[in-house]
Amino acid sequence: MYKIEKFNELAKIVAEKRAANADLEPRRMTAEEKDNLLATFHPDYKQEEFTVLSAGVNKGDKVPTQLAELLQGKSRISAADVDLNAPDYDTDVLIIGGGGAGASAAIEADEAGVKAMIVTKLRIGDANTMMAEGGIQAADKPNDSPAIHYIDAFGGGHFAAKPELVKNLVTKAPEAIQWLNKLGVEFDKEADGTMVTTHGGGTSRKRMHAAKDYTGAEIMRTLRDEVLNRGIPVIDFTAAVEIILDENGKAAGAVLMNMETKELLVARAKTVIIATGGAGRLHYQGFPTSNHYGATADGLILGYRVGARLLYADTLQYHPTGTGYPEQIFGALVTEKVRSLGAKLVNIDGEVFMHPLETRDVTAASIIRECQERDKGIETSLGKAVWLDTPMIEYKHGEGTIEKRIPAMMRMFGKYGIDIRKEPILVYPTLHYQNGGLNISADCSTDVENLYAAGEAAGGIHGRNRLMGNSLLDVIVFGRDAGKNAAAKAKETAVPEKLTLEHIEKFSKELENAGIASETASPMLLPKYARKS
Amino acid sequence: MENMVNVYLFGKKYAVPEGLTIMTAMEYAGYDLVRGCGCRNGFCGACATIYRIHGKQELHACLACQTEVQEGMYVATLPFFPLVKQIYNIEEIKPTEQIMMQLYPEIYACIGCNACTKACTQELNVMQYIAYAQRGEYEKCAEESFDCVMCGVCSSRCPAGISHPQVAMLARRLNGKYLAPDCGHLEDRVKEIKDGTFEELIENLMQKPIDEIKELYNTREIEK
Repeated sequence: MYKIEKFNELAKIVAEKRAANADLEPRRMTAEEKDNLLATFHPDYKQEEFTVLSAGVNKGDKVPTQLAELLQGKSRISAADVDLNAPDYDTDVLIIGGGGAGASAAIEADEAGVKAMIVTKLRIGDANTMMAEGGIQAADKPNDSPAIHYIDAFGGGHFAAKPELVKNLVTKAPEAIQWLNKLGVEFDKEADGTMVTTHGGGTSRKRMHAAKDYTGAEIMRTLRDEVLNRGIPVIDFTAAVEIILDENGKAAGAVLMNMETKELLVARAKTVIIATGGAGRLHYQGFPTSNHYGATADGLILGYRVGARLLYADTLQYHPTGTGYPEQIFGALVTEKVRSLGAKLVNIDGEVFMHPLETRDVTAASIIRECQERDKGIETSLGKAVWLDTPMIEYKHGEGTIEKRIPAMMRMFGKYGIDIRKEPILVYPTLHYQNGGLNISADCSTDVENLYAAGEAAGGIHGRNRLMGNSLLDVIVFGRDAGKNAAAKAKETAVPEKLTLEHIEKFSKELENAGIASETASPMLLPKYARKS
Repeated sequence: MENMVNVYLFGKKYAVPEGLTIMTAMEYAGYDLVRGCGCRNGFCGACATIYRIHGKQELHACLACQTEVQEGMYVATLPFFPLVKQIYNIEEIKPTEQIMMQLYPEIYACIGCNACTKACTQELNVMQYIAYAQRGEYEKCAEESFDCVMCGVCSSRCPAGISHPQVAMLARRLNGKYLAPDCGHLEDRVKEIKDGTFEELIENLMQKPIDEIKELYNTREIEK
């Protein structure tokens, strides 16, 4: 039961229309309808929320204003703060970030026989990977093929992705699933071993593999266990605050900062992988976020300062179904799997206003339109929301389906007295994913030699919109590739002799000359949520 | 004026608005969190917390990000707990009863007090999954422990010194790798890709003019 009686009353309307709504197969929008909807209601199209960069390699490009402030912010250190001649750590491959991509990269680099090391500002596994609920795509069923997956991903990303990256994503997907399975990841399977797969928004085949609705958690904890078994050093609560270059401008390590003692340390490496994840905690346009605490775009800042270009940094994914109520979990992810299993989106009058499995950008824009222009949303203390009719899942598939397939969702709402098996839930878009990031080539290398990127920090794989289940896939496929390629490069690279941080001063001069020098400490590292009176 | 409740963070009293979680209450009180805060959504286990309500005997455990503050709540966070994680090579071990005996023999010292289950922040039947592990029933142990976020509160309450989350982790990997049925269609597809079956098809798509691929996308058949 909802604590607010009005919601219980409104939920009755949803219940009355459930049987009729369940039978309904809503029409999919035409390409033109989708384009118009996005242009009018998607947050990416709100020009006033973006800033054109005045310095650095993407000068002239627009990015979200909060990101621009950090990209053009002030380094946390100056070159004189550290002694580059006495590194505290020496490794072949330095991996910045301890999420799915970082852990995958570390395992592959270790497998290749080089010294790998992970640094992470929180703990290994404190990452968006851990929170990915719904699933991971791979075209491994007989009625599917990597080519069909290619068309879905490329089209879903508005034909803007780099073809060579999409190719890698889809052709390496089945092997990624197999690799995870062999590490011991438990996928949902039938008794004969057939993968239980469902649709995601914008997929044309049921290729979403899952481990209940803890898919990312199951993958992440297994990868973490493997990293530890292999004895790969994990330096936790230690953030990278600057990339170090050698005298030829190649990446050669990073300056690290202990998050608790603030001690600065120097890590020297032959190759460096940025796997720092996303940016939800920058709360673009004031949106809540489904992201973990450390999602502050650090890797984009680190890379940008040493000259690595960004690609599609102006496109963000607002997950259509963030929690709209209760306040305690406002913005928390309600997995798309809820819709994959048959729950539909319903307005205040109990009407299904769209097909529930359009791509995420279209679905988010459609919900925003329903609440704004059409004024058919449900008023909450934090704004407006629409219904996601979860009881429809059991109406269609029988009792027990919710507990078996989406236990985390049942638990999350159950803590606030809402039984999603019996009551619909309130949802509204939440800032979920950074579609763009550091521009990478097919081998995961950035524009700076010996600097690689993988996972959410990389850009170009998903174009301007990502499909559900292609992100868990991307962290594994590109994380592994980055690990292998950075290891191979490290083998043919000598220990860098002369390390420099000259770029700090150079970039700061550029900012001054552009008249935009600021005092904003960057990278942000952690959001400021503490109330200071 | 919002309704305020009194909470005691590490024993010190703060008045905070009702409806906050323990985590947001700490931030309201002015804490800059570094440890004890991860996903903020109940998946990562970073914010294990124990609390007792003033005047009551019972000790509760929870995740700070998932639990509302209550009047008279005495809160201590447990941002780290020294679990014992044994090192093994997943390729070399086998899903036998012996492997638990070798790696985590302390599970056989369980005295059945059930403190682990009572403490579980995910309301799992922890003692039961340890019993399954003792008997080498890894499939059951994996299923029973599946929602574990490895926060470690169970282990903090265990008189036998068991690191329950690590035992369950091992059981799940054994189950996922060795006991769950193999997936035939996955193996077939990986082989097809290695044989280059789709290479030409995809190279073709990559070369296609945008208008053609748009047409393909907009008219593609969608599986019901």
